[in-house]
Amino acid sequence: MAVRQNGRPTISADALDPFAGVDFSHLERSLRRPRTLVDFLLTALVTTMTLLALVPLFSVVLMLLWRGGQRLRLSVFTELPPAPLEQGGGFGNAVIGTLIIVALAVIVTVPVGVLTAVYLAQARESRLAGAIRFCAKVLTGFPSILAGVFAYGAIVLTTGGYSAFAGAAALSILMLPTIVLTSEDAIRMVPNRMTDAAVGMGATPTQVMWMVSLPTALPGILTGVMLAVARAAGETAPLLFTALFSNYWLWSRGQVNLKQPTASLAVLIYNFAGMPFPNQVTLAWGAALVLVLLVLGANLIGQSLSSRGARQF
Amino acid sequence: MTARAVAMFAIVAGVAVFPACSSAPAESTNTVKLQGAGASFPAPLYTKWFKSYTTAHQNVLVDYQSVGSGSGVKSVIDHTVDFGASDAAMKAEDMAKVPEGVQLFPMTAGSIVLAYNLQGVSDLKLSRKAYSGIFLGQITRWNDKAIADANPGAKLPDLPINVVVRADSSGTSFVVSQHLSAINDDFGKTVGANTMPNWPTGTKSKGNEGVTASILSTPGSIGYIEYGYAKSQMMPMAMLENKSGKFVQASTASGQAALASAALPDDMIVWAKDPDVPDAYPIVTYTWLICYKKYPSKDKAQAVQELVKYGLTEGQKAAETLGYIPLPDAVVTKATSAIQNVSAQ
Amino acid sequence: MSRGLSASYTARPSDILFEPRPGEITQAPSAMQIAMDRAFRTLCVTFALFTLGLVVFIVARITVSAVPAVQRYGVSFLVGRVWDPNTERYGILAETWGTLYTSTLALILGTAFGLAAAVFLSEGYLGHAVFRVLRRLRLHLHPVWGKLPDQLEHLLKNLIELLAAIPSVVYGLWGLFVVIPLIRPMCNWLHLKVGWIPFFATDLSGPGVLPAVLVLSIMILPTITAISRDALVSVPAKLRMAAYGLGATRWETVLAVILPTASRGIVGGVVLAFGRALGETMALAMLVGNANRIGLSLFSPANTLSALLANTFPEASTRQVSVLMYAALVLLAITLAVNIIGALIIERASLARVD
Repeated sequence: MAVRQNGRPTISADALDPFAGVDFSHLERSLRRPRTLVDFLLTALVTTMTLLALVPLFSVVLMLLWRGGQRLRLSVFTELPPAPLEQGGGFGNAVIGTLIIVALAVIVTVPVGVLTAVYLAQARESRLAGAIRFCAKVLTGFPSILAGVFAYGAIVLTTGGYSAFAGAAALSILMLPTIVLTSEDAIRMVPNRMTDAAVGMGATPTQVMWMVSLPTALPGILTGVMLAVARAAGETAPLLFTALFSNYWLWSRGQVNLKQPTASLAVLIYNFAGMPFPNQVTLAWGAALVLVLLVLGANLIGQSLSSRGARQF
Repeated sequence: MTARAVAMFAIVAGVAVFPACSSAPAESTNTVKLQGAGASFPAPLYTKWFKSYTTAHQNVLVDYQSVGSGSGVKSVIDHTVDFGASDAAMKAEDMAKVPEGVQLFPMTAGSIVLAYNLQGVSDLKLSRKAYSGIFLGQITRWNDKAIADANPGAKLPDLPINVVVRADSSGTSFVVSQHLSAINDDFGKTVGANTMPNWPTGTKSKGNEGVTASILSTPGSIGYIEYGYAKSQMMPMAMLENKSGKFVQASTASGQAALASAALPDDMIVWAKDPDVPDAYPIVTYTWLICYKKYPSKDKAQAVQELVKYGLTEGQKAAETLGYIPLPDAVVTKATSAIQNVSAQ
Repeated sequence: MSRGLSASYTARPSDILFEPRPGEITQAPSAMQIAMDRAFRTLCVTFALFTLGLVVFIVARITVSAVPAVQRYGVSFLVGRVWDPNTERYGILAETWGTLYTSTLALILGTAFGLAAAVFLSEGYLGHAVFRVLRRLRLHLHPVWGKLPDQLEHLLKNLIELLAAIPSVVYGLWGLFVVIPLIRPMCNWLHLKVGWIPFFATDLSGPGVLPAVLVLSIMILPTITAISRDALVSVPAKLRMAAYGLGATRWETVLAVILPTASRGIVGGVVLAFGRALGETMALAMLVGNANRIGLSLFSPANTLSALLANTFPEASTRQVSVLMYAALVLLAITLAVNIIGALIIERASLARVD
């Protein structure tokens, strides 16, 4: 029989009530207990730290939008870089240069990287596979400047000039480990029952790879490619003395020439941001905004592809 | 499997063929592309020249990249460019490394100023002892006696002096260190004249552009940059004491007076290390264009000749507005006569 | 779909690309198919060896270029403090110190925040909080609103990964224009008040160790978070439930059970991040000040090996190129050593664990 006191139901003082006089407070969560308090404080600490970790992202994007947004116009994509103390101008050739250099790097790196990953996924734990995996992991931390130095010695000096190819070669060194490692993960994640079923029906290993593993792992592979592209598009140091920079379009009076110094967004930002001329500096901010939007776009595409792939199983 | 797989392999194989396809001759018989790289000192002027030249001439494309005098000289030696630029001219041993020989042309001249960032202090006067002491790291605070003595009315703050120097190999550094060695024995013994001097103090920035940006962003800084950069950013420049004891501000007149004190020899390389003329600004230099004596094609040689001629005649008109010193007539005549040394193989 | 694969499999455009002809698989492989199989596998091995060969070639080329400098300078290069191209005295002790100092500090900071974010993500605090709010509003079973917790968790994970997407040069600009003006007043105040502590011995005039460390830690944070989160999430649920069943609070399980179990993956992520920090070039070249100084002060400029290479390589003469390759070799050796130590730690940890 519950008796209402102060508007709240209370436990009746009936002698048949097994819970009479029992104190439930120690079963309730109370911050006065040290363990609970520590738990609460740690949660608060970790939440604060996570939010703090996100602050730079918003700060960078806001900074770019504020400083670069004012300069962003359609003319900026169709015009060439201005001379010092000149007004107007744009970075159209840098946008095209970045796209072309990254495209060249992708054409070279993706076949090599994916086929290497195919080998690693098939060879599993062999000594050679282990060595290659270790090399790929070491290569992820490879200083970007050394990739440029290597490409300078290997390509610029031997071909006698700065070119988009040298820039693409330097970038492909940086893209390769990402593509190899993520593609290998994606191929390994294909469920064994699928590959076993194909083998059980009589397919050769190559047929298994082409008909079962690669199509299934394709979203994961594309994620890796997108991440590598995003990284390569933002690199400056490798391009500084391989593709150098150019103040003109890639097509000179009717012909496309890839064997000449090529403009790129990353090098333009690096060169112009340190200049004392306000026109150049605002262009650098605009270019930074365009570059970050390109790179974030590539990342988002990559992430959406991987999530779509993962949701099948 | 078969048709698609063959297509895939073809794409992979095509990667190998692709470079060969696109390395077809890039220039039509009419278009000549000239690639130049070098000093940041004259970069604003050169870029303006080459842009107007390219727009005016339908068959020539001239591109210039400001990478520093040292890089410019290296590119000329490595044959990765068609011409270079340097305000430290070119050392004899470097010239010997180029088999076909090089021809240097003085294209313009400029003063190197000590720009500073000090709130509330304009018209800063620096004596020879003061500014050489600053770069030696012996004078470390703005209210030091050596600086205060020359500026009786100014309110100098008790801030540390943030010296900004060049991080890259630079002709501007060479000229400044050469001048400091001439006026201060200590400096000459410990650091000496070099394109990359071992500065005893200072934070480093890349290019004239980088030093300018550093000075602008950090209060209490002082650094050496070309006059045009300081003028375009409306930065305060220190008045320096010259050999005659006068405190001179950098200007076209004081620069020309300094250049007049050094006669140009036949190879057109000369340094006005410490001008003796009363109205001269103490730190002034020519800057040179480095061309090969022999070019592989007649078109290129002719284009280079025309380009140099343009710079020496039409181009001089733009020099003063951008903060450079127009070349004396005698120098223009001497340089023009040397154009014929550039020819085709 | 009659391909005999899993019943829940649905057709996608990529399937059509590789659609086999009827009986192509179930019949014994023809001679052509065996040849293709061999050719493809040889191609894969070739490319794999090419990848290995590329790495070996790069290291070999750098070593060969460095040999003249090694012969000339030997060990004095590693401990020398003077970098003077004119008198040809070179020493990279200041740069090596700068590299290790900035990377270690950035690693400590990045691991602290990265692990915190990883734990936050793996424990799902955001999802739970949003779920509680939805339940209060009676929307937790709504077809659209009910998905909000998962979507927000997904968004948070993606946002942290986006930190890695921002180009290095943009981080350098952000450091110059936002971070340095922001921390300058506080750093100079610290220098005035507690300047006797070696960490605050100089004042912050512009670029220096602290801005570089802050930006570097932000750059390596997403790596640590992503890898640690994967490691934490893959801890078997039964361990967690067992700990709860014994009466542990949430954080007691995290600290005593989950983190130790996931430690192998976390250490792997930390090692990877350390390697990235060591090799970072552009942001450091813009923020570290490029001064040849050795010291503990957080506010003074310093120099790192990659920044040294970035600044001096473009105009190096042939003799100097050799010296710079020697410095590059040292950098590679440090990166390699870090990776090997990391691999050893992981192996040691997996041997010691009782599964």
